[in-house]
Amino acid sequence: MGEILTHLLTPAVIIGILAGAVRIATPLLLAALGEMVSENSGILNLSIEGTMTLGAFAGFMAMSWYENLWMGLLMAVVSGMLFSLIMALMTVTVKVNQVVAGLALNILGIGFAFFWFRSSFQDRSSLDVPTVPTFDTADIPGLSRIPVVGEVLFSQHWLTYFAFLMVPMVWILLNKTRYGLELRSIGHNPEACDMRGINIVPRQYAAVVFGGAMAGLGGVFLSLASTGMFFPDIAAGRGWIALAIVIFGNWRASWILWGSLFFGLIDALQLSLQAKGLSLPFFGDDYQVFLALPFVFTIVALVLNRSRSRSPLSLAIPYHRGER
Amino acid sequence: MTEGSSAGGVILKIDRVSKRFPGVLANDAVSVDIEQGEIHCLLGENGAGKTTLADILYGVHHPDDGALYLKGEPLRMSSPKDAIGAGIGMVHQHFEFVPPMSVLENVIIGAHSKQWLDMGQARRRLQELFDTYDVRVDPDAEVGRLSVGEQQWIEIFKTLYFGLEILILDEPTAVLTPQGVEQLFGILRRMRENGLTVILITHKLNEVMEISDRVTVLRRGKVVDTVDTADVTRQDLARMMVGRDVVFTVENEGGTPGGLLLEVDEIHVESESGRGSLEGLSLTVREGEIVGVAGVSGNGQNALFDALVGVREPSSGEIRLGGGSIVGLSARKIASLGVASVPGDRIRQGLVMDFRVKENLILGRHRSKPYASWGLLRRRPVDGFAKQSIDEFEIMTPSAAHVTRTLSGGNLQKVIMARELSQAPKLLVVHQPTRGLDVGAAEYVRRRLIQERDKGAGVLLMSEDLDEIFNLSDRIAVIYEGRIMAETRPGDTDLEEIGLWMAGISSEPDAAGASASSGNGAAGE
Ligand SMILES: Nc1ncnc2c1ncn2[C@@H]1O[C@H](COP(=O)(O)OP(=O)(O)OP(=O)(O)O)[C@@H](O)[C@H]1O
Ligand SMILES: [Mg+2]
Repeated sequence: MGEILTHLLTPAVIIGILAGAVRIATPLLLAALGEMVSENSGILNLSIEGTMTLGAFAGFMAMSWYENLWMGLLMAVVSGMLFSLIMALMTVTVKVNQVVAGLALNILGIGFAFFWFRSSFQDRSSLDVPTVPTFDTADIPGLSRIPVVGEVLFSQHWLTYFAFLMVPMVWILLNKTRYGLELRSIGHNPEACDMRGINIVPRQYAAVVFGGAMAGLGGVFLSLASTGMFFPDIAAGRGWIALAIVIFGNWRASWILWGSLFFGLIDALQLSLQAKGLSLPFFGDDYQVFLALPFVFTIVALVLNRSRSRSPLSLAIPYHRGER
Repeated sequence: MTEGSSAGGVILKIDRVSKRFPGVLANDAVSVDIEQGEIHCLLGENGAGKTTLADILYGVHHPDDGALYLKGEPLRMSSPKDAIGAGIGMVHQHFEFVPPMSVLENVIIGAHSKQWLDMGQARRRLQELFDTYDVRVDPDAEVGRLSVGEQQWIEIFKTLYFGLEILILDEPTAVLTPQGVEQLFGILRRMRENGLTVILITHKLNEVMEISDRVTVLRRGKVVDTVDTADVTRQDLARMMVGRDVVFTVENEGGTPGGLLLEVDEIHVESESGRGSLEGLSLTVREGEIVGVAGVSGNGQNALFDALVGVREPSSGEIRLGGGSIVGLSARKIASLGVASVPGDRIRQGLVMDFRVKENLILGRHRSKPYASWGLLRRRPVDGFAKQSIDEFEIMTPSAAHVTRTLSGGNLQKVIMARELSQAPKLLVVHQPTRGLDVGAAEYVRRRLIQERDKGAGVLLMSEDLDEIFNLSDRIAVIYEGRIMAETRPGDTDLEEIGLWMAGISSEPDAAGASASSGNGAAGE
């Protein structure tokens, strides 16, 4: 315990952990914001994990073909959008059970990425993992020189800045535009919106596809910014954590930001301790306990928010006109 | 038949429209000409097909057969969006709003023309509309927390906000106070003066007589006739609708009250929104007595109902049934003591909409005697009871196994009534028992309430329908702001006095009091 505290109280370590938290929060934030928009339209998309995996893979493949990072980024977004288009087709048009569709797509996304990956690199042994160059961090001139704050916030990847920028953008979209009002209304009561002459189907499609694009971006951050690699469990549960963050953040953009940072912090802390080889009180070397924490906190938040829940009232309930 | 009283010509022609649902022909070659600038009532029994026809006019359903013509042009609609585009608006029988959102947000959904929300402008426009028609509702209030009466106003103003040519209203008066109805009719008359056309569905024949220019009567999906209101009487309409003579005021010899059955003593019940709580309400019901609780809804009726059936516990005070306290008992326990109840909100509190009709008919008794044994439901008794109820209450459903959701509004109410009246209750707590029922069904339900009383049951009847209160009650209690404001007998009072009490004005009739009561139709609940 004492060792852990001495380690954690070193300024350089603190800065490292905070910067790490911001970096780790990036894919969570991207995916959670996208999922939040989708859920606001009443569509629960459980396939985030699969979409992220696919995004990471598409980015990686495009990079290894074209040797162009921006091409990788583009392919990740496109693959995320196409994949979630399947989700939209199944849930909005065919109206199948959203939970079932989401879980099925998850398996499909991960399986597909893995299969294609193995068939592309079948001549290599599983230990010899191919790597590609990654995005460099981009220091923001001036701001990155501010002590502490500059190192934590302004020496990050472009995608990180983009993710943070999306927080106010999504908020404005949902709260200040006609489209956002309509989207939120659909999530609460699609029938009422239909009766007001709002075309529900294109709006739900757009929301789900936006969610897919954001999850794809979250995924490509993992392969082309964090690691320069692809491996099948690259998402490592982040899609599920993003889903938890939406609940934790009570469907509000600002809280989702705090949620992502908070879970990023937990992970950064864990990594720092692990790297130092310090053992935890009670849990020893079982760093996996940290993996459970986001879900524990989400359940606690769910209980605390019970009476103030902003969960869309018609979340995951398909709408059929005129069925009463 | 003479040409309609207004000279606008046919604006909407409904030409041999048919619509079939699984097991029912809801509209059977319906033809009606709606004239420009008229108020046209649609009348018909529960399940006659009024809502279905209205939904067809609003693009919700597509007719299987037949056609619509708007100003002579064929009108084909694939969704309500097309109807709105064609200048047709509709207020639905069951509310269609977004509960967690504000009044203002609800009003502008689908009606805001700019990409960026301009709440300031929208607020001004809504306020103007409220001012024009003299209705007061807070634009920032969360709609889900408003009273049903206020919610009904929001539904109406949501439609007015569009600025349309034809307005369809499906039973808008069911939850309005008498003053609210007057206010609504004032609005409709002004719309007519401005050349707008109104299609109004209501079961209240005196409203039809008061407001409409012409009436179309539907029966089992077919048009019986379209007539000028001036040429018919209430009786004629009722006969056309039900096919027999209807008694509006059922025979009531009065009860012979026995021992004290229910005693409510100074109870306080808080409500979440802070409105409609009980502030020390006391009341008694004797065996063989109907006590009518008159009052504008939102003055604590829901809290009283919930406290009596055991859904909400009073924070202080005592409720005794046959001498024993029932405070703190579970709803199930209270029901087993012989308390039957009909809630005011039939969809949320009265039924499980996705269950079959026969399942809803035994809901609450599904675990006991004839219907279940060894924890399993027994088919025969359940089916037998369903068949009996459907016959007795003339519940219109293709079969007892149909999903309850598909029933018409009035038939939903009949399912609850059938269930609650069938168990020979000691005490019946009924809230708006005839809301949405056609005249024939309402007559039947009222007769049954009197029958139960004559068999010795005590009945607590909460209703906004003063005619119903006067007709049935042995004693009338007026509820206002969570207390009983006054208590009297039907013979010792009149509508006017009760109306004043309901507005919170105690006796001593003076001129100032009378005018104060008329303006608050919407402001009060
Ligand atoms: N979506 C639906 N699915 C199945 N059956 C339906 C549907 N809508 C209506 N029906 C049936 O069509 C018939 C007519 O119903 P409708 O709601 O039009 O009656 P209504 O005249 O409005 O009655 P009420 O006065 O009780 O509101 C009923 O038998 C009803 O059960
Ligand atoms: Mg109806």
